[in-house]
Amino acid sequence: MKYALLIYSDDAPDAWAKLSEAEQNALMGEYFAISELPQTFGGAQLQPASTATTVQVDGGNTLTTDGPFAETKEALGGFYLVEADDLDAALEIAARIPAARMGGSVEVRPLVER
Amino acid sequence: MLASLIGFLGDFDLAEEAAKEAFAIAAERWPRDGVPANPGGWLQTTARNRAIDRIRRDRTLAAKTRLLEVPDTVDDDDLEETIFADERLELIFTCCHPALAVDAQVALTLRTLGGLSTDEIARAFLVPEPTMAQRLVRAKHKIAAAGIPFRVPPAHLLPDRLVAVLAVVYLVFNEGYGGRGDLAAEAIRLGQALAELMPDEPEVLGLLALMLLHDARREARIRDGELVLLRDQDRALWNDVQIEAGQIALDRALALQGHGPYVVQAAIASLHAEQPVDWPQIAALYGELARLTRSPVVELNRAVAVAEAEGPERGIALVDRLDLGEYQYFHSTRAELLRRLDRLDEARTAYTRALALTTTGHERRFLEKRLAELADR
Repeated sequence: MKYALLIYSDDAPDAWAKLSEAEQNALMGEYFAISELPQTFGGAQLQPASTATTVQVDGGNTLTTDGPFAETKEALGGFYLVEADDLDAALEIAARIPAARMGGSVEVRPLVER
Repeated sequence: MLASLIGFLGDFDLAEEAAKEAFAIAAERWPRDGVPANPGGWLQTTARNRAIDRIRRDRTLAAKTRLLEVPDTVDDDDLEETIFADERLELIFTCCHPALAVDAQVALTLRTLGGLSTDEIARAFLVPEPTMAQRLVRAKHKIAAAGIPFRVPPAHLLPDRLVAVLAVVYLVFNEGYGGRGDLAAEAIRLGQALAELMPDEPEVLGLLALMLLHDARREARIRDGELVLLRDQDRALWNDVQIEAGQIALDRALALQGHGPYVVQAAIASLHAEQPVDWPQIAALYGELARLTRSPVVELNRAVAVAEAEGPERGIALVDRLDLGEYQYFHSTRAELLRRLDRLDEARTAYTRALALTTTGHERRFLEKRLAELADR
């Protein structure tokens, strides 16, 4: 089965800036290791939610607003797409994502497969 | 024949496939071996066996999901036939997967392993039947869509997952302990099934022992609609057969070096059933349980045991260290200890707090009786 691992974390970028360079490198290494797993077939890190623009089309009129769809303390910061035998296997990969142990959350969602 | 097969298998395609296979086998064998005495029954049995073989062979999620579809009309014997021991075990781990909400875990377990109808479960949990039906459908859909596996979890996941399974069974039991005797019996039945499936897991035996020992005192716990405290219970009303069975399960758990929370609680329940009650030992076991669970409610129980063993002064000292302001039994326990210490004004205040928090009728009447007694002093 295919799953998206959606990484939600504190959107404030200064948390990252507070880490030492060695700590930042170690974390980047962990994220990189997950993207290199044979199960991983996609993923991306997103720019902070402050860079987001939201679009709605209402009766042919395009409404463009500054900011994310929902202003929340925790924002979608990135995702992986993984292939796993079952939910347990996907949850194990999700638990390895550093954000999960650093106050963030990882939402595991099965993909619709056609 | 097809309708009965679908009812039995809960799956249209599987039933049709199985019926076709049964006819094919008949076409091959009957001319050779002669037509059996009951051709319809023979076809039915053969088709069922074919379908069961297929489910066994085909270990994909799609096939296993059918186990969740217990038809409301199937009687118990058929159920036992359909779901084999190892599959029952896989099923309970699936139903109690932490990716499902706890109320859905409880409902699914009662439905698929307990064989209760949707309507019965709805009544037990005081929700309308459509609500419960929807809850079950949603949970089954999530199992399929999210890929919750049908299996006994691997060793590194087993301890956590077993805790979830046991918690669901104990939740069903406690729901029954509050008055619904049939649910308590159902929980014990599930506990017995688990103990058969996992005979070497001490916590499974511990939970079974705990439920049996508590349930054995059911008849003595209420007299004329009133709650009777353990020390005032008529021991002749205790179910000796159940106590014996609980004791056997506990002994086996202890022999397996069990010392988890359910084993410790069962050991406490077992000591309660003895005469005279060994309060210092019970207090020590509650100390062990508090260490395992870090639960303030367990500390409260330890305080009660310490009060019995060493006097109410020592008990109240422990109680007053706890922060359980919204917990009914915190106030009723404090009240009881204060009453024994002759601190009557404080006892009245505490009984009143407990009364405000209680939800069940016989507990309310018990507290009101105590308050009335205090008013006379």
